[in-house]
Order: sequence, then structure tokens, then C-alpha cells
Amino acid sequence: MFRNEKYSHEDITNEMWERIDAVIQTRKNTPGAIITVLRECQDIVNYLPVQLIDYIADGMNLPASEVFGVASFYSLFSLEPKGRHTVKVCTGTACYVKGIREVLSRIEGEFDLCEGGTSEDRRFSLQGVRCLGACGLAPVMVVGEDTHGDVKSEKVVQILDQYK
Amino acid sequence: MTKLNLSTLDTLREKESARLNDPDTTRLLVCGGTGCHATGSIAVKDALNHEIAARGVADRVKVVETGCNGFCALGPLMVIQPGGVFYTRLKADDIPELIESHVINGEVVERLLYKDPATKKRVARLNDISFFAHQNPRALRNKGLIDPEKISDYIARDGYQGVAKALTHMTPEKIIQEIKASGMRGRGGAGFPTGVKWDFARQSQGKIKYVLCNADEGDPGAFMDRSILEADPHCVLEGMTIAARAIQARKGYIYCRTEYQLAIKRLEIAIEQAKSHGLLGQDILGTGFDFDIEIYQGAGAFVCGEETALMRSIEGKRGMPRPRPPFPAHKGLWEKPTILNNVETLSNVPQIMLNGGEWYAGVGTETSKGTKVFAISGDVNNIGLVEVPMGTPLRSLIYDIGGGIPKKRKFKAVQLGGPSGGCVPEHLLDTPVDYEEIAKVGAIMGSGGVIVMDERSCMVDMARFFMEFIQEESCGKCTPCREGTFRMLDILEKICAGKGEPKDIKDLEDLSHVIHQSALCGLGQTAANPVLSALKYFRAEFEAHVNEKVCPAKRCVPLLKFEVDPELCKKCGLCFKSCPADAIDWEKKQVAYIHVDKCIKCMSCFDKCAFGAIF
Repeated sequence: MFRNEKYSHEDITNEMWERIDAVIQTRKNTPGAIITVLRECQDIVNYLPVQLIDYIADGMNLPASEVFGVASFYSLFSLEPKGRHTVKVCTGTACYVKGIREVLSRIEGEFDLCEGGTSEDRRFSLQGVRCLGACGLAPVMVVGEDTHGDVKSEKVVQILDQYK
Repeated sequence: MTKLNLSTLDTLREKESARLNDPDTTRLLVCGGTGCHATGSIAVKDALNHEIAARGVADRVKVVETGCNGFCALGPLMVIQPGGVFYTRLKADDIPELIESHVINGEVVERLLYKDPATKKRVARLNDISFFAHQNPRALRNKGLIDPEKISDYIARDGYQGVAKALTHMTPEKIIQEIKASGMRGRGGAGFPTGVKWDFARQSQGKIKYVLCNADEGDPGAFMDRSILEADPHCVLEGMTIAARAIQARKGYIYCRTEYQLAIKRLEIAIEQAKSHGLLGQDILGTGFDFDIEIYQGAGAFVCGEETALMRSIEGKRGMPRPRPPFPAHKGLWEKPTILNNVETLSNVPQIMLNGGEWYAGVGTETSKGTKVFAISGDVNNIGLVEVPMGTPLRSLIYDIGGGIPKKRKFKAVQLGGPSGGCVPEHLLDTPVDYEEIAKVGAIMGSGGVIVMDERSCMVDMARFFMEFIQEESCGKCTPCREGTFRMLDILEKICAGKGEPKDIKDLEDLSHVIHQSALCGLGQTAANPVLSALKYFRAEFEAHVNEKVCPAKRCVPLLKFEVDPELCKKCGLCFKSCPADAIDWEKKQVAYIHVDKCIKCMSCFDKCAFGAIF
């Protein structure tokens, strides 16, 4: 489209740029599509670097400040790189009552992570998320696409060891 | 697919209904909800298909993947029809035996049946299990009975009959009249009469109007909307189409949480199928009425459950509420007249059209009609989704359906209404499920999350938990909510850390009242409810934290000593085995000892000790 030096970023390959262009092209004229565009672009790159936000803003013909405002408002969007595996720990009420706090502190201690952060080797990103709607399995943890139910603090390290 | 009209819809319904009820076909209904998927129902389904094919019975045995059955904690689940035998905790390895015994020889497999936690007896039939027996499914009428990815299953169970009636035999006024007669109130939490809301939007002038479905189920501990969307997506589409006819809208959006990927997938399939059958899109059922539905995925903001914030979000902006009036019925999405209803509300609409408002109002209390879906979770034996008539006492919900508290522990409180709600203590458990009655005891009906807490939950800690939630989710637009919740959280954290002062309790109360009176939207106005109700019923616990620096429930880590009480210790060694830091000394027949210097305060030993010997 109008890619040039000022948007280039080490984490975004040419192939990714092409997919990003396709996303913008499809949604460009739909009012209110910016959240969808940000989500789809984040799925491609895995996070939203500032250059990408600028690029999307230009492509969608919106002020960059407005796009940044949206990206920073919603918890789905990450402005920092994420790990290879995203560990979502449910901190909803049912999971809290069933002991998610112990699970969370165990993960933090074991992998030197903090809630909302990424490990230095970019292996794990740890997220405390609000109710995943699987309260029947509480406490619940989702690693990538896999949902793990009835997670106990003594079992959690073993589960995470499977993800390299 | 040729588009349906009234008479072909009827023919199709008769044909599909005969197929669903064919007594010579055994139907294996495997639960395919999020919960059962996580516990391995896909492997079970594959094993079933494989086994059936291998035994050459595929022509008379059908495997159906249904939506969420509701009894998530025991998954993967399966019901076999005819007969209604209910199997729990299935594994792929169990399948050959199950097919051989149940399907081929007609003998129930005893060991895979549900075991009643009270009587310790196995129960074979679904309808004999107390969890299901006390229910009255209306919004959930199709759950576990149909394949949510097949429109023909839905049509077989009277699907799209409601919209057919509404489009051909009813004027918009008549539709609204029926909804008003049903007495249904918004199931998302606030309880505003649905018919009245629709009437406002109908009377609003304008060529463009919108029907929105709120599927941004944010209350922690509530998962009814997810279950309805996963089990019966068409009923929501049908409900929206009827609403559109009532207010003369042509476009609808379903605002769904992005976390609910399975629900989104099934909605997409349902919309596609409804369109190809002429039940959605242009010229619905040949009546000349047009209505289209689009799915809009949220991006993770609790406040977007608030109606004006949700509309801002669909417009592609930061999801922040705005003051009302103007109400959305006059100026909503893109400044056009808009109605917003929750998933559960909409899923009741087709049945009200079909059976009439009076039928719906036939159960319930004076001011709360019909049924309500609750998600029961926490420290209770039967965790899952239930639908009961309004007026059912909370006690019945927790003990008859929920099966009571596990491990002989004592009931402490039940939390209703999520972060805007409150807790109800033991002596008020006979309160009936009713908007006004629940409000009287200091909680709210909310979206229907019922979280049971046993004696191990600390009410100060729970108050802190909810305040942390609200503080994080506060959008920041109005000062009382942004700063007030921050101050309240600060005080609660201080109390939990053992640094509370006597004036803190008074400060909490004062701040609560200020926020309630001055916040902009519902999120802020109700933010203090969990704290106020905890203070009302469990004040002594707050005082113990503040004055004696003790957490009676032993939850607040900074107030714990991590010592073993030699009187209570049964010398079992479970704490020793669970300790990840080698901080516990124990030998057979010896009281355990915790080295405080090595202890990392991970609480593993607390969790394990069944005798409460660690304090």
C-alpha cells in the first residue's frame, strides 16, 4: 500500500505486511471497524508495535492518537511483545474461591514472571484474565488454546513444563 | 437450499421432528460445550464414531455433539436417548465397553453413572438427578437435546415458529403487548421491563433503528450466555428478529466477548444457515421483512456490558459510558433508536410469541415473572447451569439443586450479582429469587452468578477481590469511580495486610455512599455493594482484622503465622508432602513443624491440611 521506511519494524516480516494490508483493505470503509482491524493485525504480529499502530491509523484514515486510545483501552491488545505461550489464569470469583491465588503465585515464583509480564526468554506471558466462563472447571488456566481445569498449585508447574 | 416460506417451514418441522423422535434410532448426545471440550469430549466423540462404525450399527445409532449441558464439573457428559440415561466423566477408553453394554445389549454401565454425593448411590436417568429434577427449562429448553450446528434440529423443536407467527399474524404493537403481558424483565441484571423498552424504541421516529444483543458476559462467575449461545444459537437469532419486527429495525449486532470463541463459531454457522433457509436476511419467510445480524467481537473491557459503553465500542471507540438521557431507545448506536437486550432475555422471546405472554407469566412471583438461569459455582457439590422459576428460595438452589457444600464444610455466604452485587449469609437463605426480595437483603439479581463460599473464604478478602476487579475495570471517565474505587481498594488492602486502623471501616462506608451517589454509570454506582454487604453481615470479621490483626478464615497471608497447632495436627504428613520449599519437618507419628525462615508462604500446606491445624 504505502509502506515505507518509517513503518518498518524488526518483528514484522514482508509476508505479515501483506496480510496486514489485506485486513486494512477489507475493513477500510466499514465504520467502527478499528477494533476488529487491531485484533486481526495483532493475531498476525502477536502484538501491536507503535509503528504498526501508526500504519493502521494511516490506512484507516484515522488520527493515530485515536487508534492508540482504542488499543490502550481494551485489555485484549498488547503493546509489548508476548511470549510463545500465553498463560491465561482465570481470576474470576469462582476460580478465586477455589484457590487461583495460590496457582498464580506458584507460577510467578517458578518461572520468574509477574502478572501481565513476559519471561525474559519469551517463553511465557502470564495474564490474569476475568472469568473465562468455565466455572465448572475452576480453577481454570488456558495455555495457548488448551484449557486446563481443576488446576492445583502443586500440579501447575508440571502442566507448564509441557510447553517449551 | 431453497428459501423457506410458512408452509415449507411447517413441512420441514414435521419431517425433522419425526427424525429426532424416531424410537428406532439411538442418539448419543455428547456435550460439546467449552467445559466438556476442555475435559476431553472431542476424543470421546471420535471414539464413539469409530466404535459405532466398527460394529456396523451406524445406521441406527447417531452421535450428536450438543451444546453445553450445564453440569460442567462432571464432564465429558453424554445422554443416551431414548431412555435419558446420563453418563459422566467419560474417557475414550470407556467407549468400547459402553457401546457393547448399553447400545448392543441394553445394559446400563453402572460405574459411569452419576453418583449422588449425599446418598452415594448411582442414578441412571437424567431426570431423576436432583440437579436436573428441580429445574424448569425455558431459555435452556434445547440445551443438550439438539446439535447447535444444525438448523434442522432447531426447527424440529418448534424453532422459527415464533418468528413465523410474529411476522404473519402479529402487528408490532401486538408483539410488544405479548412481551409486556409476559412480565419479562431484562435478564442482564438491571431488570428493566423488556416490553416497555421495546415500546419506547417502537415509538421513536427514524428510518434506521438497531437491535443489539449483549453477549459481553463480564460478571465473573456467570456463564449462562455462553452456554445458551453454544447450545442454542438460533433461539437468540429468532428472538432478535422478533424484536426487530417489533421496533421496525433492519440491522442487528451481537456484541460477544472475544474469549467465547466456540460461541462465536456457532453463531456464525447459525447466521449462515438461517440466511440460506430464508429465515434471516432479505424477505424473511417470504413476508417481505428484512433483517440482518452481524457479530461484533469485544476486546476485553468489563464496562462494555453497560449499554452506552457497548454502543461506543461498536462504533470503534473507547468503550466509555455517557450520561443518560438521551436513552438508547431514542439515541443509541450511531445516534439512532436502539434496543439492547441480553442473550437470556432474547432466548425467551420465541417461546413467548408461540405460547403467549400469559403462559410465560404463569410461573414466578408478583413482580418477577417466568424463570431465571443461574450459574452455580464455588464451594458447592453440583457446579453448573440451572434454570428455575422465579420465587425459588436460595436455599433450594444451593442445597436441592447444588447438592450442598462439599467435604462437610460449613456454608458461609453466597455471592449474587457479581461485582455489583452482594453476599447473602446463612440466616437469609430463605430469600426467594425475585428482583425486589434480593435487593432488600443487599444483593442484586444481576446476570445470575451464584457463588457459594464455605467457611474458608474471608469476607474482607472477598470485598478486596471485588474492589480490585472494579478498580481495574473502571474506565476512568468519572472521578468518583476512578479515584473512589482506588481509595477503597487501598484501604481494603491495608486491612488485609494487617495494617488496618479503626477509622478505616468508617472511611469505607463514607466512600461507598459518595461513589454510589455520584458515579456516572451503573458500574460505579454499584461498585461499593460488595463492600457494604460484607460490612453489614460480617462486620466482626473486619473488626478482627483491624483490631486483633487476625484473619478468622485464615485467608489473608500477612496475618498468618505459619505454625502448626499440635492439638489439631493429626500427624498425616500431607503438608510435608505438599511443601515445595522443603520448609516442613515431619516424620511418621510426629507433629509437623514449619521453618518460617524457609517458608515461601505459598499456602500449599493450608490447602492440604484437612484439620485446620496450620494457623
